[in-house]
Amino acid sequence: MNAPLPSPTRRMFLATGGALIVSFALEPAASFAQGPVPPRPKLPGSLDKAPYLDAWIAIGGDGAVTVFTGKSELGQGIKTALIQCAAEELDVDPAAITLITADTERTANEGYTAGSHSMQDSGTAILNAAAQVRGILIELAATRLNLARDQMHAKSGAVVANDGRSVAYKELVTGQELHRTAQPQSPLKDPKTFTVIGKPVRRVDIPGKVTGAPMYVQDLRPEGMLHARVVRPPNYGAELVAANIAAVEKLPGVIKVVRDGNFLAVAAQGEFQAIEAMNVLASIAQWRKVAALPDEATIHQFLTRLPTQDQVIANKGNPAQQGAHFLRATYTRPYLSHGSIGPSCAVALYQADKLTVWTHSQGVYPLRASLADMLQVKPEQVHCIHVEGSGCYGHNAADDAAADAALVARAVPGRPIRLQWMREQEHGWEPFGPAMASNVSGALDSNGKIVAWNYEVWSNTHSTRPGGPAGNLLAAQYLAKPFQPPAPKEIPMPEGGGDRNAIPIYTIPNERVVDHFVPQMPLRVSALRALGAYHNVFSVESFMDELAAAAKADPVEFRLKHLDDSRARDVITKAAQEFGWSKSTGQRPRGEGRGFAFARYKNLAAYCGVAVELTVDRESGEVRLGRIVAAVDSGLAVNPDGIRNQIEGAIVQSASWTLYEAVTFDRADITSRDWSTYPILRLTQAPRSIVVYIIDRPGEKFLGTGEAGQGPTAAAIANAVADATGVRLRDLPLTATRIKQAIGV
Amino acid sequence: MTVLNVNGKQHEVNADPRTPLLYVLRNDLALNAAKFGCGLGQCGACTVLVDHNPVFSCVTPIAALEGRYIRTVEDLGTVDKPGPVQRAFIEEQAAQCGYCIPGMMMRAQALLEKNAAPSDTQIREALEPNLCRCGTQMRILRAVHRAAKLMTVELQGPLREAQK
Repeated sequence: MNAPLPSPTRRMFLATGGALIVSFALEPAASFAQGPVPPRPKLPGSLDKAPYLDAWIAIGGDGAVTVFTGKSELGQGIKTALIQCAAEELDVDPAAITLITADTERTANEGYTAGSHSMQDSGTAILNAAAQVRGILIELAATRLNLARDQMHAKSGAVVANDGRSVAYKELVTGQELHRTAQPQSPLKDPKTFTVIGKPVRRVDIPGKVTGAPMYVQDLRPEGMLHARVVRPPNYGAELVAANIAAVEKLPGVIKVVRDGNFLAVAAQGEFQAIEAMNVLASIAQWRKVAALPDEATIHQFLTRLPTQDQVIANKGNPAQQGAHFLRATYTRPYLSHGSIGPSCAVALYQADKLTVWTHSQGVYPLRASLADMLQVKPEQVHCIHVEGSGCYGHNAADDAAADAALVARAVPGRPIRLQWMREQEHGWEPFGPAMASNVSGALDSNGKIVAWNYEVWSNTHSTRPGGPAGNLLAAQYLAKPFQPPAPKEIPMPEGGGDRNAIPIYTIPNERVVDHFVPQMPLRVSALRALGAYHNVFSVESFMDELAAAAKADPVEFRLKHLDDSRARDVITKAAQEFGWSKSTGQRPRGEGRGFAFARYKNLAAYCGVAVELTVDRESGEVRLGRIVAAVDSGLAVNPDGIRNQIEGAIVQSASWTLYEAVTFDRADITSRDWSTYPILRLTQAPRSIVVYIIDRPGEKFLGTGEAGQGPTAAAIANAVADATGVRLRDLPLTATRIKQAIGV
Repeated sequence: MTVLNVNGKQHEVNADPRTPLLYVLRNDLALNAAKFGCGLGQCGACTVLVDHNPVFSCVTPIAALEGRYIRTVEDLGTVDKPGPVQRAFIEEQAAQCGYCIPGMMMRAQALLEKNAAPSDTQIREALEPNLCRCGTQMRILRAVHRAAKLMTVELQGPLREAQK
């Protein structure tokens, strides 16, 4: 089982440099081939990127089973689910497996841990690799025992023959037996025989987390470590005019003040000494402010008037088709903060021309490339190791903290540098989830069917993640030789970025959907859980309710009437049934409302339906969340409790975004700098109950889970507020003030 | 030199008396459970108990703590022998990233020491100062209810023994 981190001693820090065998396993297959390489068939999941089986699974001479993933634990429980995949297909006890997560010298490059892709990419790779390794082990045992393959099976870490003889895996793997490229087909088990997959196996990381084990990058304390803090400029783009570095270097415990252009940081013996030195440095540093931000009150008008790159992403029939009813609406969402409870942190060590960084980045390989570019060294001179941090929910300041720590470590070689951001820095400087706006219009025929749908959405990019050039690292933009951020790009369909879920999943004969990509970014933005899907599902599913009302139809019935996908219908039906939707028709008391919404994430991943019951206090405008019921189809469900935990979390987090949250700013600076200026949901505001139903699909592909609930929850709440008040609110967040204004009490 | 009683042990701490307790717990005493979240007393990730009451260790200077009884999650039990609150959080799988959980647990511990069977509303109000961003709130509530039951059972054992 996955132990907590070892006590972070010098030994641990030295031990992380090796892993030669695994590096060999990670070599691209082509480099071993003679002559021209024939085209290789597509391999399952991330096996396609790292085709050697021993890049994923190692069996030691002591029988230890080690599984490698390029994905990282972000609190979503991926470690446990991946161990379950390996244990199932390898026929070993999950407790006997050690899982190594994202590490640029030990694991495959699986890009970012993002987009609800981990099960699809890494889960699929490990499931198939484990099945193929089991096949190889049986083949080896068959040769050794001189029996036919069908005379034996795998069981508890050994191959057992029908005649009773058995050979342990460790006796079968003595050399390079697993250094083989994976095959496109795997001897996968019949899901009916699963004993580990589909079971609510307890999370491997929770015991350590509830007993104070060193589980987080924040908890690393290697010998000789210094504490560092960064002094950020007062606002975007400010230039450092002067700073009395010598005065700060005389402060108690201070080892070094690092200045490189407009980048300013301090390293000290003690953490509180570093914070005090940071405060002094911040108070004496003189900056020239250059930034000018748009007016927050009219931010959506501002964004929609900027130059755009337009793309028609759906065009069918005659979108101008007229009907019996015609409706039009505009929806907006504000900038949102990731709001990690623990500010971003990294530990970095620069020694013998090599940088090692312990980071909670979502992508160790992309980060390595950007750090190497920033420091002008070769990627091989940078080693990034993922260690858990506080939940990130997308691209927060994790990578920026790693860059900051790297710059300080380079200036103080030989000493591990632990650099953590302050709360005000995380809130002020992280890349926010972009503000968005959408216009939608629809026509209904006299039978209450949608005959035309027009939708257009405006958004900045949803990814300014590092990877390659250094310019997306915050510190890199402020160095004496600054790195320019690369030109922002839209994430292409079918997954999409700002246009993710912009195309309605419903069957509509005439439709047109346009993505207005806005390259200019007045505020720093990047990926926040679900990207554009949060706004687009909020818009589409709010508008579906508006159309249903115009058609005088029940919102659930109205959705089903426009849906062909049977799995989508099953999820909607399940959520509605368990909620008791059809039983509670008729007039509700004033102030009580219920709402329903559904989406298939990216229109190609998990299906999720959410039903919400709430009350609106007519005096204050405050929403009190009652009973919430959700149904989800994530394909083959590996850990049902893990899926429930993710959907419950998505519902609560999305409820917080939807009811309370907006990044605020004046004409110069971000003004939501802490939890009092950026309030999020507290326990007394949490729903009365949440129940999540899983529709398991044995034999189907993994669809991922993490982001599926964000959009449906927002729209279900908005629909319930409309039901409770009789007034439709289309601008997020649905704050008490806005609701009170709308109902005019 | 400041003498602190942490988890029943006396520690001589050589730090500026203005230093907030959180940094001493984490760096001088190598206790990982209490976390830096905001340094402003707004999120509760740093919550520990001082004389049975929950406090924000990120804004409490050690100068104010000599002779006081400080407790952290490390005092509630171990991985091999978790205490009732820890067991309850494990059994309810009440964590996602888990960063806020030690603070939540200490606030729950303080509540349960005063109120053996709190209502849902009382738990929500007691844990109100602590933030969770992953949205684990429903599980945290279930875990505190379960911890109340586990604590009661744990107390009943010795009581029954005494009555024999």
